[in-house]
Amino acid sequence: MSEPLHQALGLTDGEYEDIRTVLGRDPNHLELACYGVMWSEHCSYKSSRIHLRRLPTTAPHVLVGPGENAGVIDAGDGIAVAIRIESHNHPSAIEPYQGAATGVGGILRDVFTMGARPLAVMDPLFFGPLDEARQRWLVEGVVAGISGYGNSVGVPTIGGELTFDPTYAGNPLVNVLCVGALPRERLILGRASGPGNLAVLLGSTTGRDGIGGVSVLASAGFAGGEAPVDEAKRPSVQVGDPYEEKRLIEACLALLDAGLVVGIQDLGGAGLICATSETAARGGVGMDVDVAAVPRREEGMADYEVMTSESQERMLAIVTPENWPAVAELCARWEVRASVVGRVTPAEPGPDGEPVGYLRVRDGIDGPVLAQMPAVSLAEDAPLYDRPRRRPADLDDRLADDPTDDEPLDDLAHDLLDMLYDPAWVYRQYDSQLFLNTVVGPGRDAALLRLAGPGLPTSSRGMALTTDSNPRWCALDPRAGTALTVIEGVANLACVGATPAAVVNCLNFGNPEHPEVMWQLSEAIDGMAEACRALGLPVIGGNVSLYNESGGRDIDPTPVIGLLGLVDHLVAPPPAWAWRDGDAVLLVGRRRGEEGRPFPLAGGLFAARRGRRGGQVPPVDYETAARTSAFVADLVAGVCAGGASALHGVHDLAAGGLGVALCEMAHAAGHGVRVDVLDPREVVAEMPARFVVATDDPQGLLAAARAAGVEAIEIGIVGGDRVVVGPVDLPLEEVVTRRRHSLADALGMPALH
Amino acid sequence: MTRVGVVVFPGSNCEYDAQAALRELGADVDLVWHTATDLSAYDHLVLPGGFAHGDYLRPGAIARFSPVMSAIADFAAGGGPVLGICNGFQVLTEAGLLPGALQKNRGLTFISEPTTLVVASTRSVLTRRARVGQELVVPINHFSGAYTCDDDTLQRLLEGDQVVLRYRENPNGSRDDIAGVSNEGGNVVGLMPHPERAMSTLVGSADGRVLLEGFLGLEISAARG
Repeated sequence: MSEPLHQALGLTDGEYEDIRTVLGRDPNHLELACYGVMWSEHCSYKSSRIHLRRLPTTAPHVLVGPGENAGVIDAGDGIAVAIRIESHNHPSAIEPYQGAATGVGGILRDVFTMGARPLAVMDPLFFGPLDEARQRWLVEGVVAGISGYGNSVGVPTIGGELTFDPTYAGNPLVNVLCVGALPRERLILGRASGPGNLAVLLGSTTGRDGIGGVSVLASAGFAGGEAPVDEAKRPSVQVGDPYEEKRLIEACLALLDAGLVVGIQDLGGAGLICATSETAARGGVGMDVDVAAVPRREEGMADYEVMTSESQERMLAIVTPENWPAVAELCARWEVRASVVGRVTPAEPGPDGEPVGYLRVRDGIDGPVLAQMPAVSLAEDAPLYDRPRRRPADLDDRLADDPTDDEPLDDLAHDLLDMLYDPAWVYRQYDSQLFLNTVVGPGRDAALLRLAGPGLPTSSRGMALTTDSNPRWCALDPRAGTALTVIEGVANLACVGATPAAVVNCLNFGNPEHPEVMWQLSEAIDGMAEACRALGLPVIGGNVSLYNESGGRDIDPTPVIGLLGLVDHLVAPPPAWAWRDGDAVLLVGRRRGEEGRPFPLAGGLFAARRGRRGGQVPPVDYETAARTSAFVADLVAGVCAGGASALHGVHDLAAGGLGVALCEMAHAAGHGVRVDVLDPREVVAEMPARFVVATDDPQGLLAAARAAGVEAIEIGIVGGDRVVVGPVDLPLEEVVTRRRHSLADALGMPALH
Repeated sequence: MTRVGVVVFPGSNCEYDAQAALRELGADVDLVWHTATDLSAYDHLVLPGGFAHGDYLRPGAIARFSPVMSAIADFAAGGGPVLGICNGFQVLTEAGLLPGALQKNRGLTFISEPTTLVVASTRSVLTRRARVGQELVVPINHFSGAYTCDDDTLQRLLEGDQVVLRYRENPNGSRDDIAGVSNEGGNVVGLMPHPERAMSTLVGSADGRVLLEGFLGLEISAARG
């Protein structure tokens, strides 16, 4: 243990000097521990913040942009919608059940902190291939954790993603998105104000679980293999209690309804020190925290442990002294613990006469001062790093190795079958229907909900959600890959008739101290910024998860894009992945890509399966993509509004291309299909903003597409008991059996009945 | 107007859904906190789904001791209609107001999916407006939904026409495919599926209406929204 204390707490020598400058003296142990967590990569975004500034964040309907607990938009009819996405990658890698469970708990608190009732959760999940026992253990644990916590806490899980790729074998990704809604006028911000007001800790007791979660666990990579150094991090994983959280949600929403709190903030990463310093910093005030008043789960806890513990299911409310009795009574009704642990203090003249709000940790509210730090220095003044960036040296070689040019295309049927899996094994373990809003649930292109919930004004509008990612494209071209991912999200929303309204993102990358990773991150942010500007979409929140590496190997860049869309009038479900005997099958969108490589395979699922990871990703064409998706969204929105329609089925083409999409629709509908292709590559080629549509009025639809300036062509007909896509000819029964059983079989679990 | 009390335990989570569904059918619906001891204001009681008291120990094991339970028992003994949905069914069996018990699903996972129910008896307040043999699509959403009871109890249930709903395809290992049972009087009914989630084809099915309309004693509506 010759390592200096600041290094053991995750701070560099330079950061230690910065702290000395801020304080004008040496920090004590408690202060150093507070800076250690607050200046961690996870809390401070110190490597990413200078890049994130390039994202467009404003639009007339944006009520709250990035930087608060959740982004909020005006969804119309007096309803505001709050949305947030987070990662819980490293906790889930160490302890999958609790890691995933507390990921759900944390994101819910971010949303109800804004005054919104959480209405739905989505979970994008990424694992290594399932032929490895550890991956099966991770999948089962993560899914059980989401199911165990989410179902019990009473928020439906309405979708997500499930990706298997060797890049995640040493470092799985568990992201979670939450959306909530509130009456517009009730919007709350996490601010402390009014010196003399009380800081009240609500919810669970504070224990030793999750100490150093943001620093030790989230802001460092894994050693990999069966390394004991990774296993030793398990105590930094928090433990969740959905029953406590459920009562906490109800109590907090009741407090907000009754107007009993001035401000409210969740305790997540970095615990009490984060909640107190952030609320004080935002309010331009100081705060005295009585560490002795914090209810504890165990004896003998050190002050730094109490201040930095990430024990779950806790909130900090700022309350006027007059309202405190009513707050205590309401919390008692919900059996939620409430303790005054501090008070808001006025800003004081600092060393240069400037007003400074001090965060003071005291033993007794008027007792000795154990730590004294400017609140802003903890919450906002972490150093910003412009870390070195370098384009990977092997990138040109990889780009040149394009599978489109030379990958043999024999036995495509075999590849197609291998790409089929039905995620129902996962999502049937999630309550997807609570609140009676779920019009389209998990497993489809996007989820679609009625815009309704307890306490909301009546509306006939709908909200749609999708999360998308494409690490294969992003590995080859993070800029174009991320832009294409945004386009893919817009296309998914179109399938349920929704117009995109806002973007959130979870940027999962490797070690930022590797210049190649910083290059990927910077490029991805530029790609997202460019796409969002081109499509007129504000980015209203995000999360950056770095150090996703194991044994020195970084994951492929995995920006996850969450899109929130709106439907004006939702009285009928959109067309499913369904078609009827005799329907014409239309391809809507560009059929052929660029000259030379009209049916690109690079970055596709087919190529990855064949071990081909090189080549040029398809070109980005925002105008065509936007026009195509808007055309489909309009058609589907007409169905949602109750209009008669010849549109029987619609599906976005994504991973696995036309072949996979047709198999999925054939499975869902129970009818075969016969489709012609121009080139065998067309079966599995992947390009953005393309749709399969089934209709009994192909001429009408083709004419409408022509009028809208959208490419569309009839490519086949529904019927029979075979799935025929160009050279591929499979019995429908085999497609259905394979798709239904593959995931359960790979996990060694009983198949769905 | 028919007055319905929806009993809310800490940890319940389907109370708003039950309230919304019954209001849509014209009832006046209050949420009743589990500490209430006077239920005389209500014509019907519903114990909704969720995880009462966190399902600690096992589902319903702590809720049976909530102060409201003796008032519910008196209400039931007086012939008042009582409906337990999912966790509410588990609570009613733990409280001894319905026979049998619910144990973990056969596959040891949570299951949330639509099921097809077959009406087995119309002698209960829940099924009195349905037809024997009628098939209803109603979703399930539970971890501990496998109905079980001893041989004698099953015999009594069958002889007393107390099995009210069965699964067409048994999803969870329930004995004799049982999805819902009633007490001897037919006024207390529990079922694992969620009829309040099947009120509209917009969210998948409107087949729950015939059950909740029956529970409220309404005529079957012609309109199916």
